[in-house]
Amino acid sequence: MARDHLVTRRVARWLDQRLGSAKLARTALGKVFPDHWSFLIGEIALYAFVVLLVTGVYLTFFFDPSIEEVVYRGSYEPLRGVEMSQAYASALDISFDVRAGLVMRQIHHWAALLFLAAMVVHLMRVFFTGAFRRPRELNWIIGITLLILSIFNGFAGYSLLDDQLSGTGLRIAYSITLSIPLVGTWLASFLFGGEFPGPDIINRLYVIHILLLPALIIVLLTAHLGLVVRHKHTQFGGRGRTERNVVGEPVWPRFAFKSIGLMLLTAAVLAALGGLAQINPVWLYGPFEPANVSAASQPDWYMAWLDGALRVFPPWEARAFGYTVPNPFFPAVLLAGGTFALLYLWPFLEARFTSDTLEHHLLDRPRNRPVRTSLGAATVAFYTVLSLSASTDVVAVTFGTSVNGVLVAFRVACLVVPPVVGLTTYRLCRELQLRDEAAGMAPPERPRIRWELLRVWEWHARRRARAAPTDP
Amino acid sequence: MTGSDADDPEAPRGCLGCSGDGPPPPATGPADGPGADPHAARRAEVAVATGFLASTAGAIGLAVVYWRGGQPQLEGLFLALALGGLGLGFVLWSRRFMPHQPVVEARHPIASTEEEIDRFRDEFEQGEVILTRRKLLVRTAGLAVGALGAALLFPLRSLGPRPGKGLKETPYGRGVYLVTADNQRVRAEDVNRDGVLTVFPEVAADPEEAEEPPRPEHQADSSTLLIRPSGTPRPQRGRDGWTVDGLVAYSKLCTHVGCPVGLYQADTHLLLCPCHQSTFDVLDGARPVFGPATRPLPQLPIGLDAEGYVVAEGDFAAPPGPGFWDRDR
Repeated sequence: MARDHLVTRRVARWLDQRLGSAKLARTALGKVFPDHWSFLIGEIALYAFVVLLVTGVYLTFFFDPSIEEVVYRGSYEPLRGVEMSQAYASALDISFDVRAGLVMRQIHHWAALLFLAAMVVHLMRVFFTGAFRRPRELNWIIGITLLILSIFNGFAGYSLLDDQLSGTGLRIAYSITLSIPLVGTWLASFLFGGEFPGPDIINRLYVIHILLLPALIIVLLTAHLGLVVRHKHTQFGGRGRTERNVVGEPVWPRFAFKSIGLMLLTAAVLAALGGLAQINPVWLYGPFEPANVSAASQPDWYMAWLDGALRVFPPWEARAFGYTVPNPFFPAVLLAGGTFALLYLWPFLEARFTSDTLEHHLLDRPRNRPVRTSLGAATVAFYTVLSLSASTDVVAVTFGTSVNGVLVAFRVACLVVPPVVGLTTYRLCRELQLRDEAAGMAPPERPRIRWELLRVWEWHARRRARAAPTDP
Repeated sequence: MTGSDADDPEAPRGCLGCSGDGPPPPATGPADGPGADPHAARRAEVAVATGFLASTAGAIGLAVVYWRGGQPQLEGLFLALALGGLGLGFVLWSRRFMPHQPVVEARHPIASTEEEIDRFRDEFEQGEVILTRRKLLVRTAGLAVGALGAALLFPLRSLGPRPGKGLKETPYGRGVYLVTADNQRVRAEDVNRDGVLTVFPEVAADPEEAEEPPRPEHQADSSTLLIRPSGTPRPQRGRDGWTVDGLVAYSKLCTHVGCPVGLYQADTHLLLCPCHQSTFDVLDGARPVFGPATRPLPQLPIGLDAEGYVVAEGDFAAPPGPGFWDRDR
């Protein structure tokens, strides 16, 4: 044992003489992290990404993204002798003929679902506790970008397999691209290498899925974590915790052990799911034929809000001067663009509407910011209803009702549920605040919200009034 | 799992929101620290070691399963056991045997001080002066960089062909035979009452590459539904003689986002798209009656040739499939 110890020390000294690593490592191991269960959600996203990388690299050894037509000769009996693309055939090979291939494929898919889910919940944690305020606006922007890239990468991933379901998804993606005014037809042609299905799309998606987007995600993830180190983690208020300090435990040894444990447990849950819970059984869907479609074509959960929006949006489209803005543009392009634009802008909008541009390191309790919390809850409710709308056909079949009736119900719910959730949340926040006051806690300072900024028509007059005193 | 141990259980819960006075909560000692219960420490040690042993067993199980031919459920289970036992061991180890000592670290202002900003500006502007003195060089360098950037955009054009008439036209035309996916020509009596048949324009077999017969269904935008509805189709203006022998033909591509309109409800004469539930009335020019689609399915004029095979009498009445910017131009 003692000799072993000596060797590690000698290696450490050798490295230190070349890198000066001892000082660095000491700072790193001494970093203080506040402890709260909600801070683990982002870690889970990180570890799901690690699992994605490991399983994904394994899958690339066997997957062949070619649309060349082959006749299947593998061991899955029902499809033997069927003509299909090489991509789909190699997905079948991974599932049936590569030992441990199926479990890796399923872990990969489950990890993608968990990765996106953890990211969204992490986003909600940051939003509802105000962790995006100065000085963390840039990290918020990086985080939103990571979410967008990951959604695209998830879609690209399950579209590679060239089965009937993913082909239908690609066709919808093609049509959405086509719907963009002015440049849509060009964009669609550039993306697919021609008209749908296009000769190049699977190959291009493969490069995008395994190289382009993962590289971007890794770079941004590094920046995301680097900024957490730079800013030091936020913390909830409590005894001894102020805006000027951070109270928690150092990385070494307890936090590091716990975090490694969390990584292993995340991977364990994903492994169990990958082994026991079937996901995306492409062999049941069959190879993609453009003229076919199957009922109950639902996307992965993080695309469901878009699919739902496509369903509930009324049959409207804009036509003028012989040009058309087709129907899918509004629910798919405009809604998605607006959603992410609003997310990007939120820290700046909130700072403007509350005149609060100070640094904040202490987190808000959601109840103490009732307006933000209720707006956030209403937004979450809206996208939840949209996501559920993606299942109108399944709901109608399951309960034996009319699809039309279910769809109309979801259209109404899209308009009614968010305001109800928002107002209920507002009321709930107020009641919780009153309870806090009754328990003898001083109410925290609350910024005044400048609602008058919503009166857009007064902006001009206000700017003039502001400019006037400086005039001679 | 690891949530509550950061907060001192004696601290008032509501204090989460207020900025704090007073010292942080005191440390809690590890299980094998001075004054700890030796039995509890022993039990904790056994628990952690059990986790690691379970993990070892899982890893061995995984190797054996793989060696003996593999089995997805067992592979997942043993991998989960190997990872989970190790993870649980680490978490328990840290919680029971490592000191939990809250540490206070001071935060320093993120922004630089005024002097630092001034010094940086002075040093940077030394370079700036050099730049601004040679205006010609700066401008020509800017021009060169801009031109290079613009020139590098041109290779993007290789990504795809110009979106031309292909979006608006299909191989259909006067006299083009309708064929099934197996490349068989269709007679009017091949479609029963209330029946539906998916057909395509016949692709002329290329004598140069005679080995592989062309596969009609690869023409993604020209799949067509040949339907014999049981009712009488309402006459559509300007479309006299577009049907033959009780048969009508409509594009199979939904005008919403282009999914194949795969479901025909014969009793109501409705075509339903399984993707987003757009519904089209076959007896009324395939007009959309429900769902997000805004335009009817384009109709294909059909007739019979001398031998009784169904042929197209022209192209679709409108570009098939989803809408796009210059669709009507």
